[in-house]
Amino acid sequence: MNVPTMAEMMAQGKQPEILFWVGCAGSFDDRAKKITKAFVKILNKADVNFAVLGTEESCSGDPAKRSGNEFLFQMQAISNIEVMNAYEIKKVVTACPHCFNTLKNEYPQLGGDFEVMHHTQFLKSLLDEGRITIQGGAYKGKRITFHDPCYLGRANEVYEAPRELIQKLEVELVEMKRCKSNGLCCGAGGAQMFKDSEKGNKDINIERTEEALEVKPDIIATGCPFCNTMMTDGIKNKEEEQNIKVLDIVELIVNAQDL
Amino acid sequence: MQYLPNILFAILLIVGIGFFTKNVRKLFRNIKLGKSIDRSDHSKLRWVNMINIALGQSKMVRRPVSGFLHIIVYVGFIVINIEVLEIIIDGLLGTHRVFSFLGGFYGLLISAFEILALLVLIAVIVFWLRRMVLRIPRFWNKEMKGFPKNDALYILYFEMVLMSLFLIMNATDTHFQQANSGNIISQFISPLLANTNAETLHIIERSAWWLHIAGILVFLNYLYYSKHLHILLAFPNTYFANLDVKGKLNNLQSVTDEVKMMLDPNIDPFAAPTETENDKIPEKFGAEDIFDLNWVQLLNAYTCTECGRCTSVCPANITGKELSPRAIMMKTRDRIEEVGKNIDKNGHFIADGKVLTDTITSEEIWACTSCNACVEECPVNIDPLSIIIDMRRFQVMEKSAAPQELNTMMTNIENNGAPWQYNQLDRLNWKDEK
Repeated sequence: MNVPTMAEMMAQGKQPEILFWVGCAGSFDDRAKKITKAFVKILNKADVNFAVLGTEESCSGDPAKRSGNEFLFQMQAISNIEVMNAYEIKKVVTACPHCFNTLKNEYPQLGGDFEVMHHTQFLKSLLDEGRITIQGGAYKGKRITFHDPCYLGRANEVYEAPRELIQKLEVELVEMKRCKSNGLCCGAGGAQMFKDSEKGNKDINIERTEEALEVKPDIIATGCPFCNTMMTDGIKNKEEEQNIKVLDIVELIVNAQDL
Repeated sequence: MQYLPNILFAILLIVGIGFFTKNVRKLFRNIKLGKSIDRSDHSKLRWVNMINIALGQSKMVRRPVSGFLHIIVYVGFIVINIEVLEIIIDGLLGTHRVFSFLGGFYGLLISAFEILALLVLIAVIVFWLRRMVLRIPRFWNKEMKGFPKNDALYILYFEMVLMSLFLIMNATDTHFQQANSGNIISQFISPLLANTNAETLHIIERSAWWLHIAGILVFLNYLYYSKHLHILLAFPNTYFANLDVKGKLNNLQSVTDEVKMMLDPNIDPFAAPTETENDKIPEKFGAEDIFDLNWVQLLNAYTCTECGRCTSVCPANITGKELSPRAIMMKTRDRIEEVGKNIDKNGHFIADGKVLTDTITSEEIWACTSCNACVEECPVNIDPLSIIIDMRRFQVMEKSAAPQELNTMMTNIENNGAPWQYNQLDRLNWKDEK
């Protein structure tokens, strides 16, 4: 696996096409690291000239901002922007919709003007340019439902790119009752990932998992490491982990073609 | 004495409109209690939004049944109000059906009014059934007890009565029935009164006429005290609504200044503050009370008609949490009203020892996943999430009162650049892991 860092690139006097913003989950969470690697496999296969910040990357500040800690958010944002501007980064791709939203919408006002894409959007563009091909392989004919991450869907109105990628796998894409702009949150957003939920009669991820189970999928596809965790926990709670897999779209693409 | 009805009518009209004007001024004053925010940009786009969303009801039909019924009531309301113009002229001048010189066209107009009146009557009855017989859950959440529940019912009864009065007025107008033009619905009501003598019919007709216009004026004045204010405020509310993508939260400029100073290596940490800095009262972070919210957020609160679509899609509320986006808007409005009454009484606001955070609890604001479902759903572009975030900012930056686990998360970000306790130097370890 070839994962150059910005520092290495700079030392060689090179400028990558994109910065792959890995994010905290993608860097540290065991489940999300698999998504990171799957994405890198596709990038390598397509010969995309990319780099990561590596140890120079830091939290985008999203959970701090959504918790109301504007100070911490801006400290993170401004430091990150300084690093990225020093490398003259123009285009950023990330597999985390929270990083995507924050970098895309909240960094510009603080001096960080980058073209920011979610990995599904970027892969869609590679597909359109003919730089990658996606064919039905291992998943041909399977029932797959896509859970819209709030920060990709409602927050930034990206609904089609992930679905178009899934459909390329020649699978049966089934929609949950609440999907796209009506999609139900997995329960992790707004920094809920990092705390226990308030008193109620159900966990949000259970509600969402039950809804996914209604359409009897073989696979629940996601495009967010946090949604992935929440849905995976939900499936375990329902003791369906033998029958239903929760996978990121890049994992589907990689597994389908045995990259 | 022959002018007595005209004089009475004029007085009724002046009192009705005068009182309404007084309340509208109060409404403006109260909304202006909010902080300033610039919404003078993109006026073209704003007009388009207002025309689509408020005038065109585009978001109402996300729910087809109630959306369709609402459009009937809405179109009925607007169109039938043309009739009110005739009533006002008749009332002031002592004429009877002053527009009838329009002949066939007048018949056409009144036919349209009658059909709409019947449709509105039916729609309103269905609304009542949805609320009281089908008991659709969003009308029965816990914030919908007492006045909010009755308010909704009063409005429905009011509309039923007004529409009935309009049809009765037409049915008992013998000249109008004889002319047989425009009585498309009322012609079926008038036979029911065939045995009534002319004098009684005239009394019924006059009573219906007077009650109809008096009812409209009462209703107009009820608006300010009611959730029904949306029929006016939906327009400015959609015009001034946020135009950014929903995911974007505003960045606090006051924080940016301080953060930039903290990160500036050339700053002298021991510099004496300048005069002006000393004099300036530092801005409060986030929102504790309505004064800390901006005027668009306050306008949002007055615009909310408590339909509960937001709450019915809120993941926290669906799973039994305390949070209800509708309740956030209702409590905000209640507090604005409380402050407004304080100003009415004292001439200016005198601290009453109360704040908005007394009624909007931290349990509510911390249950939010910031998923924007409520914002997406609101038929008039109200943004409950912005209030929740502003209140979290107050909790965290002014009170240091975040839930403990979030404090841990934030400490981790501060120390090692990730919400979990991992060393930043290990960020690329995944590359070499099997």
